[in-house]
Formats: sequence, C-alpha cells, structure tokens
Amino acid sequence: MSIGLQHYLTLSAVLFSISVAGIFINRRNVILLLMCIELMLLAVNFNFVAFSRYLGDTTGQVFVFFILTVAAAEAAIGLAILVVLFRNRQSINVDELNEMKG
Amino acid sequence: MLVNLLFYTFSAVLIGAAIGVVFSRNPIHSVMFLVLAFFNSAVLWLLLQAEFLAIVLVLVYVGAVMVLFLFVVMMLDVNVEKLRDGFTRYAPVGLLVAAIMVIELTQVIWVKSWGIISLTDAPVLPEEYSNTKELGAVLYTEHVYAFELASVILLLAIVAAITLTMRKRPGLKVQDINKQVAVRRDDRVRLVSMEAEERQ
Repeated sequence: MSIGLQHYLTLSAVLFSISVAGIFINRRNVILLLMCIELMLLAVNFNFVAFSRYLGDTTGQVFVFFILTVAAAEAAIGLAILVVLFRNRQSINVDELNEMKG
Repeated sequence: MLVNLLFYTFSAVLIGAAIGVVFSRNPIHSVMFLVLAFFNSAVLWLLLQAEFLAIVLVLVYVGAVMVLFLFVVMMLDVNVEKLRDGFTRYAPVGLLVAAIMVIELTQVIWVKSWGIISLTDAPVLPEEYSNTKELGAVLYTEHVYAFELASVILLLAIVAAITLTMRKRPGLKVQDINKQVAVRRDDRVRLVSMEAEERQ
C-alpha cells in the first residue's frame, strides 16, 4: 500500500494530540507550553503541505510559509515576555502569575 | 518500497521526538527533542516534494527559533523540580484527552472520509519541476500583499522583543555625546595664578 494523504493526516493528528497532552501535562512551565505550541503549529503545517501536494495546489505551501513567519514572531515575543517575567518574579510557574500588578 | 520505509521510519522518530519533548525531565532535553522533531519533519516534507519549505524549516526553525529557545532555557535559572509538581496529577487527564483526540481524528480520516479523500497517489510532477520556482512565482504575484504583511509582522516582532527586554541599569557609565560636544574650554581648564616659589 503506497503512502497516501491519509497517512500524512494521521501522522499530523498524532503529533497534534501529543502536543495537546503536553499542554495538559506541563501546564506549569511556560517554556514547555511554548514548545508544545510550536509542535502544534508543526502538525498544522504538515496538513497544509500534505494537502498541497496531493491536491496539486501550491497555495497551501504559501500558507505554510506565512505560518512559519508568524510562529517565529510569536516565539520571539513570547520568549521576550518570558525573560521579562523571570527578571521580575524569579519564576516561570504559571500558578504564580495570577496577579497583574505593574 | 523505499518511500514507505522512509515514511514509516521518519514518522516513528518524529512521534518519539514529540513524546520526548513532552515527557523529558530537563527543558534542555525538550529543546533538543524538538530540534530532532523539526529535522524529521523536514525530511518528511522532502518526501512530499516541498523542498523549499523543508530547507526553510531547518534554516529558520532549527537555526534561529530553536537556538533562541535554547538561549532562554539556559539563561533562566529555572527550578525544574518545582515546576513538575503537578506532573502525575495532570498526566492521566492529558493522556486521556490525547487518546480520545487520536481515536476521533483517525476515525474521521480513515472511516468517515471514505470516498471524499481518495487521494492515494499524488499527482506525478514533471521532470523539470522546481518547488522553489513554483512557490516564488505564486508568492510574489498572487500573495504579494500577504508577503509584505509578513515582513511588517517580523518588524513588529523585532521592535516588541527589543523594547520588552531592554532595561535601564542604574550606575551604568554611558557616553552622552551631546554633553561631550557642547563642552567648552572653560569647563575643563582652569588657569590659576600662583606666586613663584623661591629657589631652594
């Protein structure tokens, strides 16, 4: 049986579910939450690339290009926020971040 | 078949790496597993003939974003043990949700889609097909506004990251160029008339 679109979609679904589980499990650690979000975006990109290949439409790959751009920007800003947070709190525990005092 | 073998091998490594990201004790190991996951996805994208995106994934993601992650993880002195307190408490819920999602999604993909998704063979690409050329031809014509917007988003990210992390440290000796240029002779040099001393 040759590798079809469904194989790639299944792989992407498994990847997405693992990262959802990761968000549940590591819900205290902001760095790991960011990493799980990166993994989720990778799973979504997989779907785009697979559909683009099997439907013969390049627009899907253009979309992946933009998702990569936005994800890079998101990672940069998220990590900057994390650094500022750690400088002020000496902690990145989500449970200790419930007050919004300036 | 070689393609099947490659697909299954790299998918297995990819899923293993993803599990490693989620479950490893050390955040640095998580970052390394994420790098492995990105490399494997790049190979799988090569199998899908998306060469340009595979290279971009390795260059931009592994080369820039993951290095940034690694910098931050190593720079912050995080107490990992404290952050893993609720690990065993939330693990069953998370695994349950993930299992349900996998079952549902595979059912949607394999059972419910019978006849809708029947694409087992990808369209055969011509010999001289160049993915990069194709992508560029679409990107700079149809999607040129989105392309410009992406550059604006990147600029925004640069400005936001720099302004967020910049801090004024007290006691830092900085040159004030205006002050240096505006200085006059009288500010620095003082002529003192003294009585000449007698020779001993």
